[in-house]
Amino acid sequence: MTSPSTDTGAGLLRRHPDGTASRGSRILGIVLLVSVAVFLYVALIASEPDKSLDAQGQLVRIMYIHVPSAIGCYTAFFVTAVASAMYLWKRTTGWDALAASSAEIGVIFVILTLMSGSIWGHTTWGTWWEWDPRLTSTALMFVLYVGYLALRRAILDPTSRAKQSAILGIIAFINVPIVHYSVDWWRSLHQTATVASLDPQIDGLRLFALMFGMVVAMMLYVWLMMHRFRLAFAEAALEAKGLDLALAERRAEARADGGAVPPSVHTEGAS
Amino acid sequence: MPELAADSMLRDAAMVVGKDLRLEWRSRVTFSQILPFALLVLILFAFALDPDRRILEEATPGLFWLAVLFSMLLAIQRAYAVETADGVIDALRLSDLDPAGIFLGKAAGIGLHLLVLEIVLFLGVTVLYGATPHGGLLIVVTMVLATAGLAAAGSLYGVLAAGLRVRDTLLPILMLPVVAPVLIAGTEAFSAAYADASGEGWKWCGLLAAFSVLYLAIGIFAFEPLLEES
Repeated sequence: MTSPSTDTGAGLLRRHPDGTASRGSRILGIVLLVSVAVFLYVALIASEPDKSLDAQGQLVRIMYIHVPSAIGCYTAFFVTAVASAMYLWKRTTGWDALAASSAEIGVIFVILTLMSGSIWGHTTWGTWWEWDPRLTSTALMFVLYVGYLALRRAILDPTSRAKQSAILGIIAFINVPIVHYSVDWWRSLHQTATVASLDPQIDGLRLFALMFGMVVAMMLYVWLMMHRFRLAFAEAALEAKGLDLALAERRAEARADGGAVPPSVHTEGAS
Repeated sequence: MPELAADSMLRDAAMVVGKDLRLEWRSRVTFSQILPFALLVLILFAFALDPDRRILEEATPGLFWLAVLFSMLLAIQRAYAVETADGVIDALRLSDLDPAGIFLGKAAGIGLHLLVLEIVLFLGVTVLYGATPHGGLLIVVTMVLATAGLAAAGSLYGVLAAGLRVRDTLLPILMLPVVAPVLIAGTEAFSAAYADASGEGWKWCGLLAAFSVLYLAIGIFAFEPLLEES
């Protein structure tokens, strides 16, 4: 493992010494804030309710949040898988921090997806939960990545944690389509009546709201990632520093006791 | 003359599975603890679902595979408990055995234990729940393919959790979502066999076969780095 450098980035991405923000992230944050306001205005007020054949009415507005957050979570988990593969290749802290941060934000997006889907289902189907294939496979995906985060918390040694999580990060992503198709197949056998699903025909302002919602979700993802990644990187630096500090303290203790200082201290992180 | 990689892999796998079976023969942990647990689960299901109302019989395929999954968790924990105790895992790393061979050996050991569990559970649901299967061949093929998939995934996730202090609580949350497709496919194939409609069951065997091949492949490649860190 290469220990994280103290380099704080350059140009727009130069990080504030006391935080995770940079000029770049601040500018993006302001753009994001304005975009969210515009998005909410278009999605909730300006766009027409759905009046097509299988009309969703005002309910269609949930889609503007539901679909972008679903795309956000797939993006996040894809980035986790790529960063995990890159870690296994390059073995640098940065890729590990990227994979971890992305998985965490992905889990937030999955929760948003499940909640918006469930609220939509409550009004459409009359129940909070229906064994809809997409809802079910998303719930399984949520548990898969909660497991990934649980594994990360369970391993103390940074190198060991990075390597094992990287492998799990790749396997988890391979699992997503298997789970998706098996659940899809399972439900298609049992479904007697076609359950209405959240994909109405849309155009005009409604299409714009959906597309813009995706852009906002991506911007939100990037903005959250900038902060979470820098935090993860700082955590890794602190971990490395903490180990050095502990070593120095033990050496000082040994000196104070009048004992000989061991030439090298063998350390092994417990996992 | 240099030995072929595949040959040494299979020879190492045979050594590992032989060791695991000898361990079981001497300790009888699966026989005296996991097997009774599996039967207990069948009895508990009967308490949860009133046995007089035929729910048990209708739900037999799903309950069977649920009992298999629960017992599987114990079998995997046992399979890696014998490797982590007394620093055995360091010996395994230093043993010069092919890691892919160790993976296949552990998977085969878990698979053989699971097969025995499944045969007993199958007799259990037949006797206790009164469910009579029709498609015998479909039942056997489903069991073999599902066991291969569960054993491969179990061997992989078992080593991932093996070295951790929280392994007992972490393994179920890591494994159960992953093997959910096996539960679905196994249940559907069994339902078809019980309903005397084997034709519908065979396509689920395709899913089980794909799952097994995928996890055997992942295990062969990913076991070495996982063993190094466990």
